[in-house]
Formats: sequence, structure tokens, C-alpha cells
Amino acid sequence: MINMTGTSRKFGDHVDTDVIIPARYLNVSTAEELARHCMEDIAPEFASAVKPGDFIVAGENFGCGSSREHAPLAIKGAGIACVIAKSFARIFYRNAINTGLPIMECPEAVQGTEQGDQLTVDLGSGTISNSRTGHTYVTSPLPPFIMDIVAAGGLVRYTRRRLEAHSEVQV
Amino acid sequence: MQNHMGHTLSQKLIATHLAGDGGDVSPGQVAEVWPGDLVEVTVDLVLSNDVTAPIAIREFAKLGVDRVFDPDKVVMVADHFAPNKDIKSAEQCLAMREFARAQCLPHYFDVGRMGIEHVLLPEQGLVTPGDVVVGADSHTCTYGALGAFATGMGSTDIAVAMATGRTWMRVPETIRIVYYGQLRPWVGGKDLILHTIGEIGVSGAVYKAIEFAGPAADDLSMAGRFTMSNMAVEAGAKAGLFAVDDTTRSYVDARTSRPYSVYEPDADASYAREVEIDVSLIEPQVAFPHLPENVRSVTEASDVWIDQVVIGSCTNGRLEDLRVAAEVLRGRQVHTDVRCIIIPGTQQVYLDALEEGLVETFVRAGAVVSTPTCGPCLGGHMGVLAAGERAVSTTNRNFRGRMGHPESEVYLAGPAVAAASAVKGRIVGPREVLH
Repeated sequence: MINMTGTSRKFGDHVDTDVIIPARYLNVSTAEELARHCMEDIAPEFASAVKPGDFIVAGENFGCGSSREHAPLAIKGAGIACVIAKSFARIFYRNAINTGLPIMECPEAVQGTEQGDQLTVDLGSGTISNSRTGHTYVTSPLPPFIMDIVAAGGLVRYTRRRLEAHSEVQV
Repeated sequence: MQNHMGHTLSQKLIATHLAGDGGDVSPGQVAEVWPGDLVEVTVDLVLSNDVTAPIAIREFAKLGVDRVFDPDKVVMVADHFAPNKDIKSAEQCLAMREFARAQCLPHYFDVGRMGIEHVLLPEQGLVTPGDVVVGADSHTCTYGALGAFATGMGSTDIAVAMATGRTWMRVPETIRIVYYGQLRPWVGGKDLILHTIGEIGVSGAVYKAIEFAGPAADDLSMAGRFTMSNMAVEAGAKAGLFAVDDTTRSYVDARTSRPYSVYEPDADASYAREVEIDVSLIEPQVAFPHLPENVRSVTEASDVWIDQVVIGSCTNGRLEDLRVAAEVLRGRQVHTDVRCIIIPGTQQVYLDALEEGLVETFVRAGAVVSTPTCGPCLGGHMGVLAAGERAVSTTNRNFRGRMGHPESEVYLAGPAVAAASAVKGRIVGPREVLH
């Protein structure tokens, strides 16, 4: 997998889905429209300042709250290449995997990263390098079953492939 | 070695739903499951609403499947931005309505029949003990109160569950919380769960299930139990379960004739953590902005002046909740600086409240009574806050901007504190109003 390099956008603990994408915008569901309002209640400048390939670096329990898939869609639409957090809320974790938003759980990397640091991330090997500090962090890999969903390009493609394989067997 | 250990309620419920040909999901074909296992399970009910269904329908269309796996087991409810709050919301409801019609879904609930989904589904007898339920709404965990394994997921997961009748899950560890002691007056399920979240924190149960147990939990009505299970997710939990007892049985048996299975956790089940809470020490609770874990006793809230009170939601929109509010509001007036909005959870709750005279009590007190909707809880409509405004709400989240402007504030409480605060214009417990 190709290395991704970008700038860190730092957030604290318990970033909830209501601030990732406020409910007043849930009357739309395309990534492009949602991205315009991503994080606007805690970081009003985020949506205009973020550059494709940047990383969100956040604390504990990222994505807590509602099950809205609009949250990972908004982040993806904003061009974020990967969310690195100390931990994720479980529904957000599933939604990110299912919709193809890369995520990494790595408390040490979050601890050692400041706003604006240049990071290089390799999803395949699970490494995060910080060019300011020179540190490289290694995360534990995703379970194989979840890697299969990621490799298929999300849950829909993964399921479609399984359903097609199943119907061939039946025929 | 694990074979000598007992099973939690979650382990039992998941084990009974293992998909027969688990296939590439390990470990698959075992009769028991253990925390950390990734398993594929069959689901008994799949839920979505007007905010989450449109994405689920879009993803469903990409799966190459024409029909849902079982129309009887796919439920859709127009409750979040319904009655339609604007044109875009109307279009989302329309997309869901068209899908429900095309798929001939008998359990599609539109304005006039709908209620707030997590009040509605148990009331309609659609969830029974022993079920596995997944819903594209984080508060799907409400049904844990019925001894079902119920959990919230995103729209894509729900699309796949609608198509296949299956989903994958990681078997959770369980935190067992034992409540004992005698409840004080005006203390209910909402106070117990707020206190609990204050104790374990908003990430205290991430990836885990909670089992609510102990004599004080057993004493709770179904309404109180639904309130507690509802907010398990505010501690990060995947599910919040009560074991089935006579209270559960009489609630369920009055609503459905569908046979159901009852499971109990084993006495030697292994828990990630056990917490004991003496409920006799708990006063009415309030969660201060901007996290549900910022919990204090109502007596510690001094001079918090408020602009709005909301009584309702999937947390506290049941008839018992409205009765508590009416007891406080009867013969009194909502403070002139406060807008008090009361929202029965379903049409049935509305009708019961009407017949019991609760609605008249509310209107005479100067409150408004709305048709069922999630509206104000998530800052959608029917009571959005301006910058600097404060609300006491019986809902479940007080995140920044949750009910409107990012500089507004939400204080979470039960119906007694909410009604008392509406009268006084500042946050107080019911005793300050009644004496």
C-alpha cells in the first residue's frame, strides 16, 4: 500500500458525531454536502482549511454518540485520508470500516503528535511516522475478517461478492 | 479452559443466533461464544428511520438484491424530522415511504401511526425477549430492557442486514452493575442511569455490554428499564440488558402472542467489571453540559436559569414519565420565561395521556403538547435553541450544539426535575416546587 503524507488536524477526547456533523444537516446525505459542515461547531475553520490527504488525530472515544453514517461520510468528503485516535466509539468504528474511511487506533502516536505535524501513514504495515519528531509508531493490525472488508472496498462490495459466490454455488 | 466458565446474557443471546454457515467468519460453528469472538448472527428485526434509511436504501440498491430478507422483520419509522420539517426532510421521508411500499413492509410507520421508534417498537410488541435486533439508530440498545440483544449500527450495516438477515459482531465483554437499596421519592430510571454514567464515564463501557441487575433494578417498571437501557450507549456500551422477570413477561404478553425465549446470565459468568450502586444515596440527577457524564445532584445546581424544558424522547416519552411530569405541573404554571414542550412518545401514549387528563394538565400549566417526534432532542425542529439559551431536557445527549446553536446548553434530567424546573425557571428538584 502507498504511503500517505499529510498534515495533522488535532482534536481532543470524546469528539461526538453531533460535532462531526450537526444534526441540522442530516437532511442531506452526500459526502460533498456534508463535508462543508464537518466539525463546524468545534472548529469552524476546519472545513475550509482542511486539505485532501490530511489526518485527523484525536483522543479517546472518537465518534461517540449517534449512529449517523453521515459522520464518516463528512470526514471522507472533507478529504481526510485517515483518522488516528486513542480509541473509537464502536458504531463509528464499524461505520468507518463499512464506508471505506481508514482509521487507526494508536494512543502513542496521538500523544506524540501536535497540530500541524507532518505525518506519513502506511495502512498496510500499520505505521505512522512523524517528521517533526522523527518517531515511528506501529499499531496492531485489524483482525483478518475486518481486513477482508477493507480490502474489498467496504461492506457493500464485500457482501455483494459473498452473495454472488453463494448464488453460484446454489446454481 | 473457558468451558468451565458461565455465560453472560449477551453471550447466550448471541450464541443462539449464530448463522448456520458462518463461513468465513471465525470461529463460526460453535454453540458457545466468548468475548472477543467475531461471529455472524441472524437478526430478528432490522430498524431504520427517516435520517438513516435513505443511506441504507442507497446502499441496499448496490447489493444486487431485489427484496429484503423478510418484510415482517424490517421496520421503518418516520420520526426524526417528521412531520416533515423542510423540503429536504420531506424528500428523505418520501424515499423511505416509497421503499417501504415497494417492499410491502407491514411495519412501516408514518405520521398518524408512528411514534418515537424506541417507544413504539416495544409498545407494538415487535421486540420480544431473546431477540437479536439491529437498528440504524444508536439508541436501539433500548430493547435490552426486554432481555433482547439490541444494538445500534450505521446505515450500511443495516442495508446488509435488510438484504441478508444477518450481521457480524464482536462478542462483547460485560460490565455488571448491581443496584440495591430503596429509591428516594422522585428518583427513577433516568436518575439511576445518569448516576451510573457519572460513575463509569462516557467511555466506561466502550465495546462492552452492560447488565443491569440487583433488587433495585428488579423493582423498576418497564418504563424505568427502557430509560436505563436507552442510555447504555452514552457510556459507550454496545448493549444494556436486563434479565427477564414477571414485569417483562406481563409487558410483552399484553402486546404479542409471538413465542419467545428467556435466558438468564449464569451465576459464574465472567464479567469485565462489577459495580455496586446503593440507590438510597441517589438524589435526582442532572447532567451538565456538554457530556452525559458531567452528573451532579440537582441540589448542587444553583441559579442555573433556563429558557426551555423538553419532556419526552426515546428516553423519557412514556406514559409513566408524563404522569410524573403532570404530578409536578398539576395546578401550577410554567414560568413565564420558559417554553415547556411535552412530547408523548407514541400515538398510544398521547391517547392515554389525553384520557387520563394529563394533556389538559399540561396545557392548563402553559406547556405545549406536540405530536410524537425526535425533533428537539437532536436540534432538528420543534424547539431549537438560540445562542446562549439553556434547556433542561429529559433526552439523552447534551453534546455541544445538540439541541441547536453551538453556544446553547443542554442539562439532562428526569421528568420530575424537568417539570419542576419549568415551574421555577431555574434547575430545581420537585421538592422545591411541591413544598
